[in-house]
Order: sequence, then C-alpha cells, then structure tokens
Amino acid sequence: MKTASKIYMALAFVFLFAPIVIMLVFSFNDAKSLSVFSGFSLKWYRELFRDEQTLTSVKNTLILAFSASVISTVMGTAAAVGIDKIRSKWYRTAIDTVTNIPMVNPDIITGISLMLMFVFIGRLFGASTSLNFATMLIAHITFCLPYVILQVLPKLAQADKALPEAARDLGCSPGRAFFKVQLPEILPGILTGLIMAFTLSLDDFVISYFTAGNGFQTLPIRIYGMTKKTVTPKMYALATIIFFAVLILLMLSNLAEKDESRPKKKHRNKK
Amino acid sequence: MKKSANTAVREKASVMQRMLSAPYTVWAMLFILVPLVFIAYYAFTDDNFNFTFDNISRFFNAISEITAADGSVTKVRTYILIFRRSVRLAVISTLICFLLGYPIAYIISRMKPKTQKTMITIIMIPMWMNFLIRTYAWMTILQDTGILNTFLGRLGIGPFHIIGTQSAVVIGMVYDYLPYMILPVYSVMAKLDVKLIEAAYDLGCNSLGVLRRVIFPLTVPGVISGITMVLIPSVSTFYISQKLGSGKFFLIGDAIEGQYIANNLHFAAAIAFIMMVVLLAAMAVLRRCADAKYKGVHT
Repeated sequence: MKTASKIYMALAFVFLFAPIVIMLVFSFNDAKSLSVFSGFSLKWYRELFRDEQTLTSVKNTLILAFSASVISTVMGTAAAVGIDKIRSKWYRTAIDTVTNIPMVNPDIITGISLMLMFVFIGRLFGASTSLNFATMLIAHITFCLPYVILQVLPKLAQADKALPEAARDLGCSPGRAFFKVQLPEILPGILTGLIMAFTLSLDDFVISYFTAGNGFQTLPIRIYGMTKKTVTPKMYALATIIFFAVLILLMLSNLAEKDESRPKKKHRNKK
Repeated sequence: MKKSANTAVREKASVMQRMLSAPYTVWAMLFILVPLVFIAYYAFTDDNFNFTFDNISRFFNAISEITAADGSVTKVRTYILIFRRSVRLAVISTLICFLLGYPIAYIISRMKPKTQKTMITIIMIPMWMNFLIRTYAWMTILQDTGILNTFLGRLGIGPFHIIGTQSAVVIGMVYDYLPYMILPVYSVMAKLDVKLIEAAYDLGCNSLGVLRRVIFPLTVPGVISGITMVLIPSVSTFYISQKLGSGKFFLIGDAIEGQYIANNLHFAAAIAFIMMVVLLAAMAVLRRCADAKYKGVHT
C-alpha cells in the first residue's frame, strides 16, 4: 500500500510539473522547435529582453498589482475591523454574501459585468473608449478585496477583545489603541491578504482582458496576444523567469512565516 | 458615574470602528452589485436600451447547420449545443479531478506534518504560473509531432492524435484546476479526527468501509468546495478550448468572448446572464443535496 501511494504521488507530480519542466528545458533550446532539443543557448532570453512590448507589460503588471494590492489591503482591513463590530445579524449576513460574490462568480462574469457598467457610464459622458488604467484598477481592487477581508476577519475574531479596551482605559486615543494594540495582533492576516491580493492581481487574465483599455497592456494580456500566433521559445524564457520569481517569493514567504511563529509563541508563554 | 461615561466612550469608539466598513460597503455596492444589475439590464435591452426578450430568445432559438462528412446537414440549436458541451466537459473534468485529487489529498494528510506542508507548497507552485502559459505548454506537448508523441514513438506506440479533440480540452481543464480540488479536500482531511478512523477499524470495519462510511462523509464539505472551485472555472473557461481544442469546440465562455469581440454587448450579457442563473441554481442544488445526505456534517 505504501509503495502504491508513493508511485501514485510520483505520477501526480510528473503530471503537474511536466509542462513546467518542458518550458524550462526548451527555453534554452538553440533552435526554434518546441519538441526537439538541438543545443544549449541563451538567445531566447536575449530576445526577450529586447522585446520592448513585453518589458512594458511587465512594468504595467507590477504597477497595477502594487496599487491594487495596497489599496485593497487598506480598504479591506478597515472594512474587516468594521464588519467585526457589526451586531445586526441580517446586516452581517448581507455583507458576507456580497463579499462572497466575486469569489464564487466565474471571472468572466465579474469581468463582463464591470465592463458593461464602465462602457455604459462612458457612453453617458460621450467618451469613445471608456476602458483605461483606472477601470482596470477598480476591477482589480474589487476582486482582491474579498480575499483580504477573509484573511483579516478570522484574526480579528481570535484577537483578545480586552486588550484594546485596556489600552483605551489607560488613556490611549482610539486611533492609538488600534495602531498600537489591535493592528500588531492582526498583522499576519493583513500581510497574507496583501500577498494574496498581489499575486491574484499579477496573475489575473480574464477580468483584465474585459476591463483593459487599449493603452494599458498587462503581462497576461500580452501573453494572450503572443499565443494567438505561433509562439517562439521567447515565451518559455519568460515563463522560466516567472517560475523562478515565484519560487523565490514562496521561499521568502515561508521564511517570513517561520519568523512570525516565533514571537507568537513567546506571547503565548507570557500569558 | 465614571463607569457609565466609560461605556459611552466605548460605544462611541465602537460606532467609529463600524464606520470603517463604510468605504467598503459603498465600493461593494458600486462595483459588485451594480455591475450584476448591468448584466441583467443589457441582457434584456436592445442597442437603443429598449426592453426586449430578443437576446434571451436568440440564445434558445439560434440555429446553425452542421455538415457531416457524408454531406448530410443537421440543424442544431447553436447555443444550446454549446452550453450542453460546456457542461458535459466541465462535469467530466470535475469528476476526473475528484478521482485523481481525492487520493492525493488523502495520501498527503497521512504524512508527517512537516512533509505535508512541503507537499502542499509543491502542489501550489503550478497554480502560481500564468495559466495561459501552462495551457500553451500542453498544446506543444500534445501536438501530433509534440513531445508526448515523440516519446511514445520511441517506445513504438502511437502516434496519437490528441490536440484538437475534446479529450485535449479535458486534459487542459484537469491540469489547470486539479490543485483547486486537492487543496480544499486536504484542508478538511488534515483536521480529521484520527480516533474516529481507529474506532471504525476497532469495530470491525475494513479499509473500504472506513473510507466509505467514515472518511468520505466527514470530508464532504471539502469535496463540495472542491467541486465548486473546479466546476465554475471549467464551465466558464474560454482559453483552454481555443488552444487545446484548436477552436473546434466552442464553449460557453468562447461564445461570450466572441460576442464581446464582435461588440454585441447585449447578446454577450444575455449569455452571461443565463450562465450565471444556471450556475447559481446548480450550486444551490448541490449544497442542498449534500446537506440532506450528510446532515450535521456540513459546517
């Protein structure tokens, strides 16, 4: 039984990583072929770094992901703090249901619905194109917000309710009590939310596709355009770079988690 | 006296904190709820925004002719055909994801805690790669002269014609969404009380019985969210079918995208509206069934 499950897991990992390994290998291929390896070369990487359009789209993606994740984290954290205090049951249920919508709805519906609204409003103002960086940013903030809120809410529920009150009794202003006492307690949730929002925004194609203006191209949209024609290993080089960036990010966030768990333990011991 | 003053201050602070959710509430109304109303609005209006059922009835009644190899012509309801095909392929993919993913989640949950974490991280890595690139990579693997057929050819098998078939589309969906099945099932499985399994064995249950009567019922909530997370993106996908199906098998997502590109926003909205209604109904039925069958298990 044990060997059987080991073999099964091995096969599963082969399936999950086959395309990635193939991309890694063929990004170094000397020839243009994506199935026959004829020799090692870095020429596709060189070509990638000469491709202005792709480089711009990488820059755009980072700008968008950074703005969307920061804004949605600030707004989402504030929202979670407020939602946590809501006592009316139906109001809480209503807010939870609405928050769930962008996560349950297919991306294509979220994308289409926002696009229709933007186009409609654009028409009211007589604009010929109503999709631009701002509409994309709004869309990204919208689909990131629920993830941030759902990361922060459980941390608020776990947090010690007496601590902020004690801080208030000892003469802290509400703001000070929040930033000095409550915020450090929910910070891990906020950070996880921020990272999730950033990666979701970075990777999103469908919603961006429907809400993007002509002038602002993100990397996934650029990749979509590239794969409409025959693809050169240049795109594999790009995939390889993304893969290692992801790997490094994952390792860093694992390290950060370990650092985080240490002071938490200390805190518990003190209690 | 002082105490009541303090309570008043606390009340005020609490009201202030509740106000913090106001920007989000406004945002959610403007950018989550109102856009959904716009889908319905566009679906039921024509280009001049006059009320009409035309878009909806076009979905149900549009007819196209399919010429078979022998020259015979059959008439089919275009969008009903596409919709059925989407549902069929998505259900098949979801089923395969469940059959492949459930054992994986189970095996991982029986490993040492530290290994479990590593395994889950490894399974998540492909999810972090852009799905367009992953799907494209499968296209090159499955091609007639691709790596799979080259490899099989060396072994003296094949070649198989996979690309451009519905199987290729299913392979792409399973590959892209398998982690979405493994992760929720695993998260429920990891919290499972081992004592219950041991008790079942002690009471004379065999492994199959334990799986069927103890483990599976307890993991139903994870399975339900797994099914939801695989089914919804596979029903609505529009890239996988274009690449791996060579554009021969239009899915409902392709139909929406096609109408969007052709700037038929009202008809695109109508298709999206119908898809949304069907999905909502399907999810409600799924949850109701699970609740009825495994009452008390669902949390």
